[in-house]
Amino acid sequence: MIEARGLSKRFQDKKRGEIRAVDNVSFTCQPGKIYGLLGANGAGKTTTLRMLATILEPTDGTALVCGHDVVEQPEKVRANVGFLSTATALYPRLTSQEMVEYFGRLNGLDEATLKKRIDDIFNRLDMNGFRDRRCDKLSTGMKQKTSIARTLVHDPPVMIFDEPTNGLDIMTSRTITAFIRECRDNGKTVIFSTHIMSEVQKLCDVIGIIHNGKLLAEGTLAQLRDRYSEHDLEEIFVNVVAPHFVPAEAH
Amino acid sequence: MSLRNVGIVYRKELTESLRDRRTLMSTILIPLLLFPVLGVGIGYAESEVFGEASREPSKIIVLGGADSPDIIAGLQRAKNLQIMPVVANYVDLISNKKIRAVVDLPPGFQAAIARGENPLVKIYIFSGDLKSSFGATRIEKYFMEYRDEMVRSRLASANLPESLMKPFETKQQNVVSAEKVAGELYGGFIPYLVILMCMTGAMYPAMDLTAGEKERGTMETILSSPTKRRDLVFGKFLLILTASLATGTLAVLSMGATFSFISRFSPSQENGERLAVLSIHPGTVLAIFVLALPVAVLFSAVLMTISLFAKSYKEAQSYLTPMSMVVIIPAVAAVLPGVELTPKLALVPIVNVSLLCKELVAGTYHWNFIALIFLSTCVYAAVALFLAIKMFQRESVLFRS
Repeated sequence: MIEARGLSKRFQDKKRGEIRAVDNVSFTCQPGKIYGLLGANGAGKTTTLRMLATILEPTDGTALVCGHDVVEQPEKVRANVGFLSTATALYPRLTSQEMVEYFGRLNGLDEATLKKRIDDIFNRLDMNGFRDRRCDKLSTGMKQKTSIARTLVHDPPVMIFDEPTNGLDIMTSRTITAFIRECRDNGKTVIFSTHIMSEVQKLCDVIGIIHNGKLLAEGTLAQLRDRYSEHDLEEIFVNVVAPHFVPAEAH
Repeated sequence: MSLRNVGIVYRKELTESLRDRRTLMSTILIPLLLFPVLGVGIGYAESEVFGEASREPSKIIVLGGADSPDIIAGLQRAKNLQIMPVVANYVDLISNKKIRAVVDLPPGFQAAIARGENPLVKIYIFSGDLKSSFGATRIEKYFMEYRDEMVRSRLASANLPESLMKPFETKQQNVVSAEKVAGELYGGFIPYLVILMCMTGAMYPAMDLTAGEKERGTMETILSSPTKRRDLVFGKFLLILTASLATGTLAVLSMGATFSFISRFSPSQENGERLAVLSIHPGTVLAIFVLALPVAVLFSAVLMTISLFAKSYKEAQSYLTPMSMVVIIPAVAAVLPGVELTPKLALVPIVNVSLLCKELVAGTYHWNFIALIFLSTCVYAAVALFLAIKMFQRESVLFRS
């Protein structure tokens, strides 16, 4: 389970002064459900997820991941999290298997367990054909599968995906979305961010709309449709965001 | 700190580095090949330049001398001298290296000598030009022999012994072991080399493991693992240190092998002695490496901290290139003759180790200085490592954009 409590992140920018990238955001993600964080570019999605993955430290507020505080126990949080984003690249000079082994070892798995887990994951994701190939020689799809294997190797109860399909072709995107569903079906807590409406509609059990660092609306798709009297998610999104919209020139 | 995790990070970085051609080049290949190439190259160039200069006859002009035919005839017979016709612009010819030297004989030179006067022969040269100095030496040699011959005949005609010309002789004789001589001649070069190579070896991995990681987008991946950032820094740091020490060691071994090869196959010197060969006591080598260790730690930590700040490999390069000047200058300062170890200099990083190594190679052990320098360098290294860990915990550095 993930519980974000008043999560905030401020940055100092030389030209623009203080920037509130995430401003007092609270939400809860339940096991066996997919929470979709929907927002435009620069809305604060990545910063929120990076704070949940303890890659960034919150300026204010905190979050509990599987009962561990992101500020107090970041290592314990990371041990319970699988984090995947388009920014989490692979080591080009390691093979696919070495990459997964490295993260398995860093997650404290012993060699026997690690071997069993890797064999299991590589069979399940059909990766045996390229397990000894260097990551810089892999196709995009193979790379994504290796990244998935990397996040799964320690079997974390919480999965965090930051725009995982960004820039991927349709077939690779489908591998990812199928994987996200599988995580939910296995009872994992899943949160993922995107700006693609169709992905949210297809995948998410709960949707949070984030804009300018603030969580403006939250609920199931049905609840949002009810609340905003709109069927189309894009229209709902525009209705939620429009009153808070500041043109880019105003920044 | 988890030693297990530090070990895991180190092993992974080692695997990656050993698969990287650029790291292998800078850490292994360059230090191994540098000295054979430099040794052979410099040796060849030197023998070519000297060989050509010593084989080539020196073209000279003789001013005056119409009334001194014996001198002109003697100069014409002299080995490796070629007398050219007199011209007015002989200074230009010397400066354009068409003529190597000009002999200016005063009027009535031969007659003046016969009268027992003390006339002056001037030799005009291009000071600093090797071939001009060869020409001047050959001319002087002729005049020396002419003078000696004249004195000898005068003594003989007066029935005086030849020893009157040289009542006694002086001779310099070396009483210090060949090792110490070599240590004094080349000793300063070794610490310079070790220091420089320790830095060169650390430079590429330092950039690859920090800025390179940012550039390849793997920084966020590794930060999402449960490893403590301190463990990551230590694992990376140990790899950079390994590369630094490996390069330093290989460079010294390669230099040792090159020196011994050159001394074995080079011809004997004029005085019959072989070239002074640099052979250092194994204990000294050990002492140099014990001192090089904190220096390598210092370099590894400083280079890692600086390149961690960079966003990309290219940016890291532009930061580290001036760094090599910062290191080379103090290392060279210690090689300069006359610079001695003082308590103040013992606290200046790099200069202190460089100076101390110079003394160690020459066989002098100042234990107080050794302790002081080892400790102070350890302190600097620890501070640099602490800074590297702090930098790795700063979001503004890790996610600089």
